[in-house]
Parts: sequence; structure tokens; C-alpha cells
Amino acid sequence: MRIKKLSDSGVKLMQGNEACAAGALAADCRFMAGYPITPATEIPEYLSSRMFAAGGVFMQMEDELASINAVIGASWGGARAMTATSGPGFTLMQEALGYAAVTETPLVVINVMRGGPATGQPTCTSQDAVMQARYGGHGDYEIIALAPSSVQEAFDFTVRAFNLADKYRVPVFVLSDETVGHTREKLLIPESVEIFDDEYQGVCREYFKPDENGVPPRIRFFQGHDVLVDGQLHDQRGIRAGTDPAVCAQAIRRYCGKILDHIDDISSVEKFFPEDAETLVIAYGSVSRSALSAVRRARDEGMKVGMLKLNTVWPVPEKEIRAACAGAKRVIVPEMNVGEYLREIQRIAGCDKVQGFSSIGGVFPAPKAIYEKIAEVT
Amino acid sequence: MNSTAEKYIRKEALPFIFCPGCGHGIVVNSFLRVIDKLGIGKNQMGLVSGIGCSSWSPVYLQFDCLHTLHGRALAQAEGLKAVNPDKTVVVFTGDGDCAGIGGNHLIHAAKRNVDITVIMMSNYIYGMTGGQRAPTTPYGAITKTSPLGNEEHPFDLFRLVTGAGATYYARASATHPIQLDKAIEEGMKHKGFSFIEVLSPCPTTAGRNIFSFKTPSEMYDWYESQVAVLKPGQTEAPDGKIGLGILYMNNERAELCSVQAEKKEVARNEN
Repeated sequence: MRIKKLSDSGVKLMQGNEACAAGALAADCRFMAGYPITPATEIPEYLSSRMFAAGGVFMQMEDELASINAVIGASWGGARAMTATSGPGFTLMQEALGYAAVTETPLVVINVMRGGPATGQPTCTSQDAVMQARYGGHGDYEIIALAPSSVQEAFDFTVRAFNLADKYRVPVFVLSDETVGHTREKLLIPESVEIFDDEYQGVCREYFKPDENGVPPRIRFFQGHDVLVDGQLHDQRGIRAGTDPAVCAQAIRRYCGKILDHIDDISSVEKFFPEDAETLVIAYGSVSRSALSAVRRARDEGMKVGMLKLNTVWPVPEKEIRAACAGAKRVIVPEMNVGEYLREIQRIAGCDKVQGFSSIGGVFPAPKAIYEKIAEVT
Repeated sequence: MNSTAEKYIRKEALPFIFCPGCGHGIVVNSFLRVIDKLGIGKNQMGLVSGIGCSSWSPVYLQFDCLHTLHGRALAQAEGLKAVNPDKTVVVFTGDGDCAGIGGNHLIHAAKRNVDITVIMMSNYIYGMTGGQRAPTTPYGAITKTSPLGNEEHPFDLFRLVTGAGATYYARASATHPIQLDKAIEEGMKHKGFSFIEVLSPCPTTAGRNIFSFKTPSEMYDWYESQVAVLKPGQTEAPDGKIGLGILYMNNERAELCSVQAEKKEVARNEN
């Protein structure tokens, strides 16, 4: 990691979408390609001039297919690159995201989630893409997803997303949502940020040969490597091996393993009142703020409630979830979907103990609603 | 292997997937002659392709290469070029990859007049999947998915691509390698969106399904009979033949990367 000083540090009043964009610039992102879509549009708007001022390029593409593919091209071209989208746009990007996973292309996608399916609820908040982020493309691969709950986290998590993308050579998603994206509140831009330093020395001929971490070196075009990037499963030289079961099986296991073997490094969670919680709330994204407010009220009233806030949702912070659930008699998972991440918690802690609290239709669950749920089961 | 090819081939990727008689190998050879003549350095060029037989071409070349998804070569090429405006970016694609599934990217890349050279090998058919109708398949032609004769008309790619904003359009044929070299060379020298349509015979699927040729040489003879080298200034060949040559060049329309460079200056001064 190298330390990069920021010239615009200090306290700002900013919107979550703008904070993602500002975080991207702070993280040295120098290419954005995007297509306008509610509720993510402020991100390309914010970057449309500032990216040029930073010496980078912003391109409004003809659709989301072009956007994500241009990002892949720019990433191999040597730039930190990103796009921002929502519901239908994220769906259109899935094929290329699988390509990015298989070609181990670092990139960042900000998904400002809105209500689905299809055109769904363009202006309403949701956590509709939690499972899609992980399982959206065909085939087996792992990705990383972070879920900010505030404007500050929108900035901080976006910076971290770029570092994780480079470190693990993988697409990284910032699963924001309409609530975070359109909330305007205080943001402290720090004096400096850490930038993952990955300059490759020498000439590489085995572009997909993993180091001891299971991750290949971060090489780029025009540096003498003659890189061969192929979406067909390939050997360590990039040569197609689609009919070689041993090579393909090894490749798929590595795409998964390089993430799953580093859950501890990638995962970030926060625990609230863990010591005596009989009722545990597990939440992520904007819902976690409402949930925390509800948990605090319940505690004030003497209920033995605790909370686990997931800052990263993929890979699943399994160890932390298991430990937090171990002492609890019951677990509530409030989400703005019919219960997507609920299944992961149930897988870890058991169906008997874990129940969802679903808020759909574009309704943000108020602290009162979650409090009442806590009071009902406690 | 000839000495030019020897210099640029990525040997571990061999053998070529191309069938005997395929025109694509002629196109690859022509491309190598041109870059050798132009002296394009190792770290000066990125190659990008999509999916299909022709899109395998750059995989065999010892350059930085993105073998992308079906239809998405141009989009990835635009990202690559945007952050490396001083590098040469060449896209290898087929008629289905470029004008079918990638059609939207084609017209928008042309609209942007981004400085990318596209070599589109057109064989009137989807070869890799075994001979289905392409966006270039002639009206009435028999393919595996148009057994009753193609119900649709083919694209007029010259009008489509120049109408969308491309500033260089050449048509060449694998049967005419000298003109093919020139079409690629001038396209690579041109600053702007350069589109080279190359008629590249596919004896295996088009030869069998559309034309009922018995041998590749029969097919090449027929191609030769159908094309005519255009005189300067001509865009159409006489007698309904397919005209080969540089059909269009425009040095007036602003090129995208140059404009982006100007915007960087403006934005930097404003901040």
C-alpha cells in the first residue's frame, strides 16, 4: 500500500452517489464508462467533468453492455476503471462480469439498488441485487461485494473496493441503494487514502500463474508482456483450454479459492452489544442504520438485543456470523427484498433460529417497524 | 512459416483453428505485412476481437490481446484506447460479431469516430456454429437457419457505417491480397474510425450451404469473378460487381481521443 495525500480533505455535505464518485477519484480511478439510469445517474454526472480534470476519461456509452466492456478494456489498458448502474443495467452487465471474473480483470461497479424485477420501481429503494451480485453470471466464480450504509461509507467503501479489485484481480461491487445514494449528510474526506501498490517488475509470460495468495500478478497492456486475455477457460499462459478438464477444473477452483481463502482479509463487520444478546439483528446497507436505531431503543427498554452489521456481504463473513449467532436465541434479518441474504444466515445458523423481516415495494423499513419486530420476538 | 509471420506469431497458440481454404489466414498474413512495413513496435499496439472464427486471428499474434465476448470487441477496444490514446488499437471481427450481436457498438464507435481500425472479415455466414444466417447473408440464400431461402436482406455496411460517422471505409477481398494490404495500411494510417470490410471465403459452411461449391478453389474463382477493383473516386463497381478499394475517407470530422485530450486541458484549467 502506498499513501496518497488528498487535496480536498475536510468536512463536506454530500450525497451518497457523489461520495462514491469522489471516493473513486480519491482512489485514482481514471476511467468511467456509464449509461444513465435512476437512481445511479448522479455518479456519471459528477464524474463527467471531474474525471477529465483528473487526467482521466469519462465516456457515456450506448448501453450498459458497452459500459462494462469499455471498463474491462480500460482496466487492461492500465487504468483503475469503474461503472455505476442499477437494476436493469446490472442485469445487462452480467455476461461481461463473468468475463471479468474469468480474465481476472480488476474493476469496480457501483450498483445503486432500486426495486425490481424488470423496470420495477426505478425511483424506489431496494436491496434487490444481493444474490444477483454473487450469482448473476453463468458459471462458478466468486466476487467481492461491499454494502455502504451512509455517505461516509459510500466514500470509504469505494476506495476500498478499488484496492480489493487490484489485490484479488476480481470485479468488486459496491452495493449501495437508493436510500444511501440520495441521502445527503456529512462526509469527512480524509487527509490521505491507501492505494494498493501492485507494480509488476520484469516481463511476465505466464499471465495467469498465481502467486502464493492464489492471485496472478497485476499486469497491464503495453508493458512488454504480450498479454493474452481470453474469456474461454485458459491455462496460465492465457492459451485456450476449454476442452481440458484438468486445466479448467483447476482454473475454476482458483477463481473461487482466491476469494474464499481470504475471507478474513476481505471481510468487515461491526458488532453492537454482542456480550449478552439473546436476540440478534443482522443487517447490511442502509437498513443497518434503521436496525441499529431499533436495537438501541430496545436495549434502552431492557431487552437483550445485539446487532451484527455486515460491511462486506460477499464473500460471506461466515466465521463472524457463526460466532455472533452462537450465543443468540433468535436472529432477525431485515432486508429490502423477500429474504435474499436471509438464506445465507439460515445456512450458517440454522432455519429454526433465523427469521427474515422483509420490506418490499420500495418502503424503507423505519426503526419503529424493526423495533416492533424485535419486541414481538424477544 | 514465412519470415514475417515467424516474427509475430504466438507459437504456443498454434495450430490455427481455420479450416483449409479459409480466407482468414490470408487476412492475418496481410495484416502482418502491413504492421511490419509500418514498423509498429511491440508495445505500441493492442489487438481486440470478439467471438467467431475471425476473432481468433489476434490470439495467434505476439501482441497484447483481448479476446472478448461475442459482439463486445469494439466496446472493450474503446476503453483500451481511451486510456491509451497514443497506442494503436486494432479490432478483428466477423460480420456476425460486428454487425449482428455487436451492431449497436459498431454504429456508436463509428459515431464517435474513435481512432480504432476495424478489420471485419465477412463470409456471409455464421461459420463457427456451423452455417447459420448472418446479417450479411444474401437475400434468398440457403443456410442452416434459412432452409427456405433468407427472408431478410443483408446490411449495406458501407452506407450503415459511413452514415453512422466512420471516416474511413475500405472493401477488400482475400482473393486480392495486394489491394487488401493497401486497404489495411491506409486504414491504420488514418486517424479516426477506420473500417475495412474483407470478403473472406468460408468454404466449409458458406461454400457448402449457400453456394454448393465442391472445393475451396472453385469458391475463390467465383469470388474473383464477383469483384472488381474500383478506380479512385468510385464507390460502386460496374456490372453489379462488388467494388474493392478505399470507398470513403474524411479527414475533417473530429476524432474522439483528440477531443477528449482537449477536454482534459479545459477541465484542468477550470479547476
